[in-house]
Amino acid sequence: MTLKYALSLSAGLLALGIAGAQAQEPLKIGVVSVLTGPQAALGQQVRDGFQLSVDQLGGKFGGRPVQITVIDDELKPDVAVSKVRSYIESGKVDFVVGPVFSNILGAIAKPVLDSGAFLISPNAGPSTLAGKACNQNFFVTSYQNDQVHEVLGKYAQDQGFKKAYIMAPNYQAGKDSLAGFKNYFKGEIVDEVYVPLTQLDFSAELAKIAAAKPDVVFAFMPGGLGVNLVKQWSQAGLTGKIPFLSAFTVDESTLPAQQDAAIGLFGGMTWAPNMDNPQTKKFVADYEAAYKIVPGSYAQQAYDAGLLIDSALKATKGDTSDKDKLRAAIKKADFTSLRGKFKFNTNGFPIQDFYLVKVAKRPDGKFQTEIAQKVFSDYADPHAKDCGLK
Amino acid sequence: MTTSLLIVQILNGLQLGILLFLVAAGLTLVFGVMDFINLAHGVQYMLGAYLAVTFVGLTGSFGLGLALALAAALVIGLALEFLVFRHLYERDHLDQVLATFGLILLLNQGVKIVWGAAPLSVPVPAFLSGSVQLMDGILYPVYRFALIGAGLGVGGLLWFIVEKTRTGMLLRAGASNAAMVSALGVDIRQLFMIVFAFGTMLAGFAGAMAAPILSVEPGMGDTVLILAFVVIVVGGIGSIRGAFVGALIVGLVDTLGRSFMNDLLRLFMSAPSARATGAALSSMLIYLVMAIVLFVRPEGLLPSKGRT
Repeated sequence: MTLKYALSLSAGLLALGIAGAQAQEPLKIGVVSVLTGPQAALGQQVRDGFQLSVDQLGGKFGGRPVQITVIDDELKPDVAVSKVRSYIESGKVDFVVGPVFSNILGAIAKPVLDSGAFLISPNAGPSTLAGKACNQNFFVTSYQNDQVHEVLGKYAQDQGFKKAYIMAPNYQAGKDSLAGFKNYFKGEIVDEVYVPLTQLDFSAELAKIAAAKPDVVFAFMPGGLGVNLVKQWSQAGLTGKIPFLSAFTVDESTLPAQQDAAIGLFGGMTWAPNMDNPQTKKFVADYEAAYKIVPGSYAQQAYDAGLLIDSALKATKGDTSDKDKLRAAIKKADFTSLRGKFKFNTNGFPIQDFYLVKVAKRPDGKFQTEIAQKVFSDYADPHAKDCGLK
Repeated sequence: MTTSLLIVQILNGLQLGILLFLVAAGLTLVFGVMDFINLAHGVQYMLGAYLAVTFVGLTGSFGLGLALALAAALVIGLALEFLVFRHLYERDHLDQVLATFGLILLLNQGVKIVWGAAPLSVPVPAFLSGSVQLMDGILYPVYRFALIGAGLGVGGLLWFIVEKTRTGMLLRAGASNAAMVSALGVDIRQLFMIVFAFGTMLAGFAGAMAAPILSVEPGMGDTVLILAFVVIVVGGIGSIRGAFVGALIVGLVDTLGRSFMNDLLRLFMSAPSARATGAALSSMLIYLVMAIVLFVRPEGLLPSKGRT
C-alpha cells in the first residue's frame, strides 16, 4: 500500500508541480488496536471497520489519499506508548484512531495529543477524559463507558424489577459497571458478586442465583467470560426463567461462540446490525462480504470515525494545516452516522440515543443483536460539566 | 442457605475438580516419569478443544469428532516430541521451561492464524443434552455428569495401567531410576515417547471434553495450566493418586469459597466490605491451600513412591 501511494504521490508531484503538493500529500492516520491476545477479535473489528470506510470512499478522505498505519497495542500500555510514540515521531501524523480499551487510551492520549494530532476513539470512553482531563483535540465516536451499563439499570428500573443479582469481574471496569447499573436501578441488590478475571466455571454462581430467585440478573462479563457464563446459563435451564441483562457480554464478537444459548438475552448499545436505515443495511452487507462475519458495535464505531474524518476534511477542502478550522469541522459531525442521529457534546463525546438490544438468530443462521426498545434519548454523559471546553 | 444448595455446590466443586484432574493427570505423568516440566501442556489442552471444534463440525457427531480430535492430538504430540521435546530431556529444568514457554507463544498465535481470534464453541452432544432437576430453580446438565464419569474413567484407567501392566511397571521403574532401567535393556527413549504422547492425548481429551461448556479461545490453556500446577503441587508431583485428590481439593475449595465466603464474612462484617474481602479472599483461597500444603508437607499430600 505504502509503495502504491508513494508512486502515485510522486506521479502527482510531477504532473501538478509543487503547487498541488499540499492537497495531494497523503493524510497520515494511525489505527491503534489490539490484534494479539484473547481480545483480538474486538481489535480486528475496529481495524476492519475503519478500513471499510476508507475503501468505500475510494481510498481518500476529503479528496486526500489516506495512508493508514495499523499499530497493534497488544493490550499492554507500555507497548502501546512506545509504538505510538515512534509512529508519531516518524513524521507529520494527522489523526490517530483508537484504541479499543480504556487503559490503553489512558496511556497513549498524552503523547498523541501533545504532538498536535487529533485523537479519535472508536470505542474507549473513560470518565476522566470526558470530565476534567478532556481535550479539544480528542473525540469519541462510541459513548462514555458508564452509559452502556446505565442503559440496563434504567431498563430494570422502568420494568419495575424489585430484586437484582449483579455480577462482574473483579477489576476496575467491573466495579464501574456495577456502579453504573446502580446509578439507575433503585431496587434491592440481592447480591453483588465479583469473580476473578480467569474464572472458568460459573456453576457455583448459577446455583446461588437459582436459590436467591432474583427478578433480574445483570452481568458484565466481557469476552471469553461471557461465552462461559452464557453457555452455562442456558445449560442450567435459567434461560427464560430469569431476565438476563448484560453489558459487553452478548455482542457480535462473542455470539459466534454462544450461538443458540444467547438467544433472547439482553444487552445495551447505541446501534445494532438490524438498525432500520439504508446506510446500516449497506454497511452490514459490505462488511459481511469483505470479512465474513457480522459486524458489531466496534466495527460500526470505527466506520463512523472514518466518515467523521472524511466529513471534516471535505469541509476544509483537504487542508489539515489550520487546526482550528479542522477542529470546528470535526465538531460539526456533518456525516451520516450508521446510528442516524449523532452530535458532539462540548467534551467531544457524543449525545445520542441508547437502546436495549436482544440477541436473535437471523434467517441465514447467523446471530446478531437487534434493537428491542429505546431506553435513553439524546443522552449526554454527566461528566461533561467537569470539562472546561466550550 | 439450604442443604440442597450446599449439595449442589459440592457437586459443582467435584465437577470442577474432575475437569482439573483430566488436565493435571497428563502433566503429572510427564513430570513424574520423565522429570520434564512441560509448560506447553496448557496449549495442548487448547489444541484438543480446537480440534474438537473442527472435527465435531466436520462430522456432525460428538463421538466421532472426539475420536478424530484425540487421534490428531496424538499425532501433534508425537510431532512435538520428535521436533522439540526429545532434545530437551537431558537439559536442565530452566531450558525446558524456556523452550516450552516458547511453544505456548507459538501455538497460541498459530491457533489464532488457523481458527481466528474470536471465541468458538462445540454444541453439547444431543444424547447428553438433557438435564436433571436437583434443586428448585436449577437444572444440572447431564453433560456435567458425563464429564464426572469421564474423569473417573480416566483415573481408573491410569491406575490400572500404572499399577497392573508391564508398561506401568516400566514407568514406575523409569520414574525412580531411568539410568538403571536403560542399563537393563529397556528402550527408555521409546518409553518416554509413549508417556509423552499419552500425556498429550490426555490434555487433548480434557480440552475436547471442556469445549461444550467453556469458551474455546486462544490462551484458554494458560489459566488451566496454572490451576493444574496448583493441583499437582498440592497432590504431590508425579503421583496420579495425588493429582486426583489434589484436583478434588482445589475444585471443592474454589467452588465452596466462591459460594459461601461472602455469607460467612457477613456474619461479622458490613455487607460492602464483606463483598470486597470475600471476592479477594475466595480467588486466592486455592493458593493459600497450596502454601499451607507446601509448608506442612513440601512433598505434597500423596507423593509418588520412589521420589525423594
